[in-house]
Amino acid sequence: MIKTHLADDKDVLRDVWFGRIPTCFTLNQDEVTEREAEPYYLLLPRVSYLTLVTDKVKKHFLKVMKAEDVEEMWFEYEGTPLKWHYPIGVLFDLHASNTVLPWSITVHFKNFPDRDLLHCPSNSVIEAHFMSSIKEADALKHKSQVVNDMQKKDHKQLWMGLQNDKFDQFWAMNRKLMEYPTEEGGFRYIPFRIYQAMSDRPFIQKLFRPISPEGNAHTLGNLLKEMYPTAIPNDGEPKRYQVVIHGIEPLLETPLQWLSEHLSHPDNFLHICVIPTPTD
Amino acid sequence: MPVSLLWAVDVYGRVYSLSTAGQQWEHCHDAQMEFKRVTAAQQCCWGIACDNNIYLNVHASDLPVRYQEETYENQRWNPVDGFSERLLPSDRWQWSDVTGLQHQPLDSFRLPSDSWEWEADWYIDENFEGEPTEKGGWTYAIDFPATYTKDKKWNSCVRRRRWLRYRRYKAMDTWSKIPSQQTTLPDPFSDISCGGWEISEEPRGRLSLWAVSLQGKVWFREGIYHQNPEGSLWEEVSLPGEVVQISCGPGDLVWAALWEGQLIVREGIGRDCPKGTSWAVVDSPSPDVGAIHVAVGVNVVWAVTKDNKVWFRRGVNSHNPCGSGWISMVGEMIMVNVGLNDQVWGISCEDRAVYFRQGVTSSELSGKTWKVISVPRDGDRSHSSASANSLQSAGYYFSGEVRAQSVVSDVESDTEKGSTDGPACLVTSASPESFVDAPTDHTSDQPTDTPKARIPKVTSDSFISELVSDREPAKTIRDVGSAAPAVLEEETIPGEGEVKAPCTDSSLSPTQSGGLLDPQWSNVDLEEAQGQQAQTAADAESADTCSLSSVATYTLAMEDPYGADEHPLWAWVSGGGCSVDTHSQLNWFNCTMNTSSLVQSVQSMSLSVTPAQTAAWRRQIFEQLSERTKREMDNFRHYEQAIEQSVWVKKGTMQWWRDWKPHKWIDVHFALEQFSGPEGNKDGILFIYYNFYEEKKYLHAFINEVTILVPVLNDSKHTFAIYTPERTKQRWPIRLAAATELEMHDWLALLSVSCCDSRGIQGPPSKQAIWSITCKGDIFVSEPSPALEAMPYPTPCDQMFWRQVGGHLRTVECNSVGIVWGIGYDHTAWVYTGGYGGGFFQGLASSTDNIYTQTDVKSVYIYENQRWNPVTGYTNRGLPTDRYMWSDASGLHECTKTNTKPPSPQWTWVSDWAIDYSVSGGTDREGWQYAADFPASYHGYKTMKDFVRRRRWARKCKLNTTGPWQEIPPIPLSDVTILPCAAQSSVDVVPLWAISNKGDVLCRLGVTTLTPAGSSWLHVGTDQPFKSISIGAASQVWAIAKDSSAFYRGSVSPQSPAGDCWYHIPSPAKQKLKQVSVGRTSVYTVDENGNLWYRQGVTPSYPQGSSWEHISNNVRKVSVGPLDQVWIIADKVQGSHSLSCGTVCHRLGVQPMEPKGQSWDYGIGGGWDHITVRGNSMEPPRICLPSLTDPSAPAPRSPLLARSGEVNSNAVGC
Repeated sequence: MIKTHLADDKDVLRDVWFGRIPTCFTLNQDEVTEREAEPYYLLLPRVSYLTLVTDKVKKHFLKVMKAEDVEEMWFEYEGTPLKWHYPIGVLFDLHASNTVLPWSITVHFKNFPDRDLLHCPSNSVIEAHFMSSIKEADALKHKSQVVNDMQKKDHKQLWMGLQNDKFDQFWAMNRKLMEYPTEEGGFRYIPFRIYQAMSDRPFIQKLFRPISPEGNAHTLGNLLKEMYPTAIPNDGEPKRYQVVIHGIEPLLETPLQWLSEHLSHPDNFLHICVIPTPTD
Repeated sequence: MPVSLLWAVDVYGRVYSLSTAGQQWEHCHDAQMEFKRVTAAQQCCWGIACDNNIYLNVHASDLPVRYQEETYENQRWNPVDGFSERLLPSDRWQWSDVTGLQHQPLDSFRLPSDSWEWEADWYIDENFEGEPTEKGGWTYAIDFPATYTKDKKWNSCVRRRRWLRYRRYKAMDTWSKIPSQQTTLPDPFSDISCGGWEISEEPRGRLSLWAVSLQGKVWFREGIYHQNPEGSLWEEVSLPGEVVQISCGPGDLVWAALWEGQLIVREGIGRDCPKGTSWAVVDSPSPDVGAIHVAVGVNVVWAVTKDNKVWFRRGVNSHNPCGSGWISMVGEMIMVNVGLNDQVWGISCEDRAVYFRQGVTSSELSGKTWKVISVPRDGDRSHSSASANSLQSAGYYFSGEVRAQSVVSDVESDTEKGSTDGPACLVTSASPESFVDAPTDHTSDQPTDTPKARIPKVTSDSFISELVSDREPAKTIRDVGSAAPAVLEEETIPGEGEVKAPCTDSSLSPTQSGGLLDPQWSNVDLEEAQGQQAQTAADAESADTCSLSSVATYTLAMEDPYGADEHPLWAWVSGGGCSVDTHSQLNWFNCTMNTSSLVQSVQSMSLSVTPAQTAAWRRQIFEQLSERTKREMDNFRHYEQAIEQSVWVKKGTMQWWRDWKPHKWIDVHFALEQFSGPEGNKDGILFIYYNFYEEKKYLHAFINEVTILVPVLNDSKHTFAIYTPERTKQRWPIRLAAATELEMHDWLALLSVSCCDSRGIQGPPSKQAIWSITCKGDIFVSEPSPALEAMPYPTPCDQMFWRQVGGHLRTVECNSVGIVWGIGYDHTAWVYTGGYGGGFFQGLASSTDNIYTQTDVKSVYIYENQRWNPVTGYTNRGLPTDRYMWSDASGLHECTKTNTKPPSPQWTWVSDWAIDYSVSGGTDREGWQYAADFPASYHGYKTMKDFVRRRRWARKCKLNTTGPWQEIPPIPLSDVTILPCAAQSSVDVVPLWAISNKGDVLCRLGVTTLTPAGSSWLHVGTDQPFKSISIGAASQVWAIAKDSSAFYRGSVSPQSPAGDCWYHIPSPAKQKLKQVSVGRTSVYTVDENGNLWYRQGVTPSYPQGSSWEHISNNVRKVSVGPLDQVWIIADKVQGSHSLSCGTVCHRLGVQPMEPKGQSWDYGIGGGWDHITVRGNSMEPPRICLPSLTDPSAPAPRSPLLARSGEVNSNAVGC
């Protein structure tokens, strides 16, 4: 038996949860203001949602605007409207990886791009979206057995944990969603989504098991090979794409089940971004 | 569960064993002749060979089999010669046994058989009743026989002294013939069965062995026990008929089948009479067909009739050994055998395969179905596919075998690859290991002398070399000459031998460090070498054969690769040594491509810490995450957080042991408010809302002031206690009870996480951690601050924060490099795995890796009390003033067999009530102890003055939990100690000593920070059983024997890890020592009256010291650390509210020049049982204050403060 002095897997969960992106919010030039709006600096939780954590931003800019000029707030980065229903970390990795920090986001109060974005009139919409993701993930992982066994207050605890940034509160409940029968070696299917920076297609999501029929553990590489073969560099060629999860590039031999347990977002999906390798 | 073996004999008389962790039958190679039958126990296997002699195969273990011979030299004084060997004509022999009746000169002692050897010559025993004698071990008396004293008096007319000599059983792991010393003995044996080990624990390793001769007579082997594995003599047992076969169970069941077809049952078997007294006859299950075979377990009897039908006997137990009726079972067998846990094996009539009865549980003893054991034998070709997933079976007796296995599987992948590449590699596949391994490992290091190096070890044992020389010619001929399956069998083994060899002689090749090789083998380990000699012999032999004939065997293999794969035919099976229960996972049933086992091994690979934690992908993730933190957060810490931290409240209802009198449980509301502190650290407040005369009030405690949360032992309520420094001083915690166990565990886990958060503690305990254990068996750790041992103002002991670690232990010991060992109540040894949490800590409060199942077993005792009256003798009718007729030890509480519950809801009963004979003071044959009246001192025999008697009943209960602990089988321990100071590197061997629960002194080899469990035990010889041991920072080993004498072990060093001899140290006058602890230089002991003693005059040149100095009374246990810091468990400590028993105390004022210290500081308690500070090597910051030597206040000399108060309350309830 070897005793390790490396970090425990628990530390990965904490690192994932407490990941923050330093962000600079600036008001769109075209907005009508009474005086000039100062930019607003904030640390955004990577695992949360834009509209859930930007109350302070809204308050800050409303101070310089007239009520009649204010419609629904939305965000844009270098011309791309940011989908609030993707986790913040995914938006950053997808659009702004390898750029200089802080992440500069433009805030709009007019011309809501209905074609690109969902409306978000209140936090209950975010809650519904979040809970439906969790339920979908559990349907893949456990045929919905775990989430259905939970009580209403347990669901609330998950949501409140995310909303209030309570790691312990969230994981006290989420731990149940991460369990699986030992003899099966993993979940039924891995809930994952693969995003591509250069495509308008939303994301790739298919059924994929953590263990091969021969009983081998599937790796991140196995998943990509099946879902997105171009993301894997051919022998000898330079790497064309980066495969990014939570701002890091796990090795392709990383077991998928482990990734699902440790690097999933609170919505229980493993969000994987495939972005072009920067040419510098 | 440790690995155990199923034994079997095939129709050719070859003996095989199958490990519970294995996937193939291993041929027992050193059985140099064919066997007819075998019968196994866990420690040995007996067999009848084709020469009709009985052979014994004692399994090698770390504990050698040693037998102490003793004789007395007697002398009488006369005025002319003084004391001389001239005795009076009426006197005893000049050399005699202890009674003086038996003439025993030194040269009359002979080795009982060729399997024994003398350890050394005769020597004089200098120890007398725990005291060293002077003047050559003589003890004096007025006359023979009389009371002897060690002092010569004016009237001492006779003297005597004891001589000792040890002989050692050397024929381990090999079949050795039992000498037939009686000429009358018997006609050839035809059947044999051993069992009876559950009848009595004394003497240790006792076995009953029954044998049947060809004439149908039955013989019982007398005197088999651990130190005398061969037994002493055969005794014939009279019979009502001629027996054909006999079966003896682990308990008191013995059945035999008669030629006539009936069965006979032995009656009257008990601890005083293992042979039994008489036979009862039971008719054959079938009226027409007689029984031919019977097999018994603890509570079952199976029989086979002459038509091969199988029968199960209903209603069998030790009160009714005959049972009540037969049930016909499915299947036709030629024989069946019952093993441990009443598990059943059989050999089927049809295909002669070994079947296992599946589904046998204590509630369903007849099981469900027969399942064929379909594993190959080690000679079969399919071996290679099976060994690929044998990585799991890492529980082998020899680490060498594990290594061999893994190498085999490595090589096989090479082989596969190779065979596609062309003919050059085909040679490899013939004997892969020898070719692949030899060049890479040894040949480069020591090109030519590898075979030479092995031979001396083999020839050092004459028995084995005889064996080798006998076999070699025959085998070479067979190898070259024939293509029979037998040869193939021989052929695969050489390869394994080649791999194994380097580990047994690595002392000669210390540079060899490839892969998993353990450096500890560079210690020359005589005990191990001996245990493995048989093994080595076989290896060397087969290795030779291999090199001689590898070409020949290669061709054979290619011609007929599946030649040996035909179905084996079995003749006999014995499960008496095979420990299987309902939870066991066996890989015996289908060894062909087994997806589920593959999945499992993948699973264990990805989750187990060993290979995966260090895997590149995991390192990459850890590294990149910390890089990400640097990149995205480190420069932006001044940014505002998007989410404000808010207060989080958790509420519940509980009961509270109220602070005012009369104390009782009242319903309260309980709330924990958590919030973030000013620096972002989390904190909280605990509120307890209660009603006080209709008025609502509350009590609160700040989470950052809570020092410990302690689960409390209570057989009806789920209670825990909360301490703060103030409440520790008062000895009055907040006591709470939750409605259910689950609720309590939820709260404890939550509160514990909150407490740790508020103090910024997370992850596993540090190497410096202080470990302690409560009377309940719960384990706590505290992180010492550097100021803990500071002078003159150390951190007060009551401010130490303790957190719980999962698991259940009685003792824990650690050192400052992070090696931690524990011992359970059932004496199981456990090693700390580096994890945290377990038990009720789940999710975030627990590490994912390194948490394992842990069980513990302890006994609950009640007393049956009786009073004598002139009419009816002893009855259960007492006087009105008497205690309860069924009570606890004090007699104050009624405890009947039915109303006594396990100590807490976590425990479940696992046995029935049984009389306990192992009570101090002794008992009579029915377990009674007698006394003049209750309560009084009891003795184990009845006198005229005795009017009351009592006997103790014991019932075992078991606890299942989880924690960061892994079992170290197989030797149960009673004490352990680890050298306290730092090792130089992670591969440096750390000295670790232990005492087995039988009192053997053991030294663990191969303990390093990387392998804290070590590899094997080295037995250290003693003349008597020991009970306590401690090793200091300079390898000074002190120990206390069971007779309370103290010993110092001389010359212990890294070169000589076991030292050379014991030096007897006199105890403090009239005190019986019970425990010792040695720090950097200080040696402290505790005696049975609670006195703490310091050893004066210990210097490097005179490490034994000169005298004992009394330091304190009221001490239960002491732990001296690597800074010579002294911590104890005090017996009773008075607080402002109540008295507490079992309290952690710290010796203040200990300095290099003042190692005895000045006074005590009181910490957590009561209810504490054990502490170890041997991990804390943190030097305190040095502050020089001149006023130090003159303490202003008179310091208490003893931890017991003479203050009045309540004596009832004891937080942990013991």
